[in-house]
Order: sequence, then C-alpha cells, then structure tokens
Amino acid sequence: MTYGSNLIQANLNFTINRGDVFVIMGGSGCGKSTLLKHMIGLFQPAEGDILFQGQSYFSATSEKQLEMRKRWGVTYQGGALFSDKSLAENIALPLEQYTSLGRRSIRELARYKLSLVGLAGFEDYYPSQISGGMAKRAGLARAIALDPEILFFDEPSAGLDPLSARRLDELILQLRDSTGATIVIVTHELASIFAIGNNGVYLDAETKTQLDTGSPSDMLNHSRHNTVRAFLSRGEYSGESAKGAEPQPLHADRRAGV
Amino acid sequence: MNQATLTIKQLSDTEIVVTLNGSWTIGADIPGQDELASKRTHGQSGTLLFKAGDHFCWDSRLLAYLMACQANTQCRFDLSGLPDDVGDLFRLANAVPANKAQPTRKRSLAGTASQWITHVGDGVINFLAFLGELALTMVRWIAGKGSARWLDIVSFCHQAGPSAIPIVSLQSVLVGMILAYLGVVQLRQFGAEIYVSDLVGVGMVREMGALMTAVIMSGRTGAAYAAQLGTMQVNEEIDALTTLGIKPMDYLVLPRTLALLLMMPLLTLYSNVLGMVGGGLVATSMDVTWLMYLHQLREAITYTDILTGVIKSVVFALLIAMAGCRAGLACGRSSAAVGQATTNAVVTAIIYLVVADAGLNILYFKLGV
Repeated sequence: MTYGSNLIQANLNFTINRGDVFVIMGGSGCGKSTLLKHMIGLFQPAEGDILFQGQSYFSATSEKQLEMRKRWGVTYQGGALFSDKSLAENIALPLEQYTSLGRRSIRELARYKLSLVGLAGFEDYYPSQISGGMAKRAGLARAIALDPEILFFDEPSAGLDPLSARRLDELILQLRDSTGATIVIVTHELASIFAIGNNGVYLDAETKTQLDTGSPSDMLNHSRHNTVRAFLSRGEYSGESAKGAEPQPLHADRRAGV
Repeated sequence: MNQATLTIKQLSDTEIVVTLNGSWTIGADIPGQDELASKRTHGQSGTLLFKAGDHFCWDSRLLAYLMACQANTQCRFDLSGLPDDVGDLFRLANAVPANKAQPTRKRSLAGTASQWITHVGDGVINFLAFLGELALTMVRWIAGKGSARWLDIVSFCHQAGPSAIPIVSLQSVLVGMILAYLGVVQLRQFGAEIYVSDLVGVGMVREMGALMTAVIMSGRTGAAYAAQLGTMQVNEEIDALTTLGIKPMDYLVLPRTLALLLMMPLLTLYSNVLGMVGGGLVATSMDVTWLMYLHQLREAITYTDILTGVIKSVVFALLIAMAGCRAGLACGRSSAAVGQATTNAVVTAIIYLVVADAGLNILYFKLGV
C-alpha cells in the first residue's frame, strides 16, 4: 500500500474466516485505516491482490464489483451520514437503489434497522441534530441496511465514552451472532480488541509490515514479537529487545482471502 | 523581582559550574545564550553543572533556555543542583529525540516553472478525463441506467434557476445600460444614436448575456457545488456512497450538471431581455423613443444571433458544473481544503469560460454566423 511514492505497508498476508471478528490493530499512523480502505475497494493496492471468497475484487468487472460491494457494509469513523438527509432517508438510500420495495416498506425497514441500534424514534432527525455516538450507531444501521455478509468498522469506539464504547462492542457481537456476518474492525482500543476479537493482524509502523496475525489473546501470550506483546499488554510486557524484534520471513504476496 | 543572572566557574578542564540567580521566569529579563557560550573555555565537551543560587525561582522559561543551550553544545547537562522538578521536566522533554527531517516544502524557486507546466498539463488531462467520464455517465443516464433521481434534479434546478433571478436581473439591466452609454457617446458624434439598439441588442444576445450570466453562475452555483461535494468528501460521505455501490458521478455530479444545463439557457434568454430593457432606459433618456428603439432592435437581431448566445450558454453551463464538481470531488480532508476547492472551482470556471468564449467566437466567425 502506498500514498504516491510513500510506502505505508508491504507484504501483508492474512486470511479472515467466515464469522470472525477480525481486528486490524497497530499504533497510530501505521496504516490501519488505509488497509481497511483497500479492503473495501476505495484504494487499489500498488501490488498484490485482495480476494473475496476466492475472487479478486480489483480485477473483477464493474458489475461483479458492485455485486460484491452490495454484500459489504461499512461504518465510518464519524458515521459519514449524508447530512442533507434524515436518518431514515440515509438508511433508505441503499434500499431504494437495490430493491424494488415500496416507500412504506422501505420506511418500515429503516425504522427496524434504527431500532436494532437503539435509535427507534429518531427516523426524522438530521445528522446534525444527534450526538457523535448516535451518528456512529446510525452509520451502523445504514451499513446493515442490505444485510451484508461482511461488516467493516473504522475505529468504532474512537471518541466514545467507555460505557458507550462497550455498548457498541456488545452490539457488534450481537449482530455477528444473529446475522452471521463477518466483522472486520480497525481499532487500537485494547478493551475492544480482547472483548470481541477472535482473529486479527498487527501492523507495525516502523518495519512497515504485519508483525503477527492470529487471535489477540494468543498474540499476547505467544507472539514472537515483543512489540506485539508490548502493545497488547499496554507496555507492561517488555522483552530484552522490544525494538530490535526481527520481522519473521516475509510472505511473498499479500493476499487476504476473505 | 530579582534580575536573573548567571555566574560561571571553571572547576577543571571538563567541569564547569553554572550558578543561576534570581528569577528565571516568563516576563523576566534573562541573560542571552551566548553569555553562557562565550564564557565556556573548553566548549565542545565536558559537563555543565547547574546550581540554584540566590533568590532562584523558575518556570518554563528556564527549561526553554536550557533546551536552547543544549542544542548549541555537546556538553552534558547536570541539573542535580537545581530543584528535582527541573531535572524531571528536562528529562521528559529530551525523552524522545527531536525529528531531524524537515517537512516537505510544496514549492521551491528552482522547481516552480517546471511544476507550473506539469500542473497545467495535469489540469488538461484531468479535465479531459472528467469530461469523458461525465459523457459516459450521461449516456448511461439517457439509456435509463443511471441513478440520478428526478427529485434531485428538480431541486438543483430550483437552486440554479429561479433562485438566481434577482442577481441575474440586476446584472443584466446594468450591463445593458453600460453597453448603451458606451454606444451613445460614440454614435452621437455621427448623429446616429438610434443605432444604439444594434449595439445593445447584438452585444447582449451574442456575448454579454451568456458570458455575464455564466460569470455570476460560476460564483454562485459552481462555488456551491464545490463546497457541497468538498464537505461530503471531508465527512467521508463520498466514500460511504462509493461503498454502497453508488457512483458519485451518477448520484452527485450528473443531477447538478443537468440542472445547470437546463437552467443556464433560460437564464441567458432572460438576461438578454433585461439587458435590452436596460439599454432602452438609457437610449430613451437621449432623444430616442421606445418605439424607435424597439423597432431598431427587431431589425438588428436575428434568430441566429439568439441561437449563438444560447449555444454559448449551454457550453458555459457544462464547464461551470464540471469545474465545481471536479474541485469538490478532488477536495482534501480538511476544512481548509474545502475553502481551497471553492476558490479553485470559481477560478478554473472563469478561465474555462474565457477560453471557451474566445474559441466559440472564432468558430462563429469562421462559420460566418
């Protein structure tokens, strides 16, 4: 992944299994959000590929890409709600685009999705009239409008108080359990990482590659990299050479079979 | 308040004791760094041992001073003679080594000319790419596959049409009057004031009506488009649309462009009429009656003239919408970027307008219309 000639991350290789809660973690500025934007097809990787159910997204035709996108839901850091539309209209937009439902059914669906995230009764509010945490939840409601198979979250708990962050985590788990969706989360909140993640990847800003992949608790206890263990234990673990950890043999490509 | 002073005592070749007296605080007068530097005999290595002297008090000013001194010397600083807090803060400030790399400068003098040329080159390429994409989007829409909604188009038409009428009216009447004054003064010398109708009529219909309306609209609507799309870019709304599988080109750019394409010719015709009224106000104040003025207008203007103006306005509408939407979509992720996108939209729109107007005039001349 690069920004112009600026290398962000290289040699990434990981697999996300169906039903996982997959956490992309790492220090600030290591390229977590950038990786997510590649995974949802906003940026094209400079090299390598991203596979979704064995199919490459970037070499697919635009119809195929659209087909894949409809099966993904994305929640953005600030919610990214359309500010000129009410919450119900925000959620209705994908439904209007891809289904032939009538106005009434769309409105009912929007109301149902909003009540899933605890915002029943806020259908006619505009994004500027609700709080940041509510906007995030509304963004989640829009992301699940089309019952996606994969849900992507960009820093869901950033800027939320601990209690709301925890409620959001619980909500994510409940949605995973009841809809069977796979969850991919970018976060550096340790509490969230351990509470909900069962798989993940650690990106390092210094070596510009992934240091480890696997479940967060495994990584905490058994990672070969001191940086990863230090990160996951909030700095309490420090091996002899926390900084000099050699990256393990690099992987040849960076395929992410989703 | 006690004057801040320092006394320096050389203990050995490598050890110097610096005693700080008085008040080393913000607002106090403290000795310059060179005082310390000049009195150091063996300046390049060794230890500086700082001690608190008489009436010593301190705040951030002292630490800033120590940091600045440290940057100019290789000496080791021993702060054990100062209060513990000073030592702690000094260690904290030095915990992370300073970044040596400079932030990349956007522009260097030597590179300016070549940068400017590539900038213009990129501009042309981007313009063509955007035009191509817009054309494809329009073809898709005409084939019934686009996702532009009529409701959106209607609301943008309202913004770009009826809401612009007051400002277009004012502008058109004044431009008509300006043209008339310009003509009357010259034509009076030949006693041919009546031909002011020709000047105002042809001037408005072929040139000023379309051009001035376009200038107003690029400041009004083009800038609004850039700001709307730019803000959406900042809020990640455009990313959200894309991941919902909705093309920003279809959903955001097309309805705006169509609205302008529909409204601009109408506004231009309206502007033509009001311009002639403005011209008439001036002409009738100088020995020309309304009847003569209108009669001469009918003689002067042909339908071809009106058509040339309308064609111009359609081209201008496309250019304004493109400049606005492209600047908005290319907007960065900060509030400053939105301002820049807006400026960019208006400036490029006006450049496009002038170039296109010149080009069209040459074309009309060659075609003999």
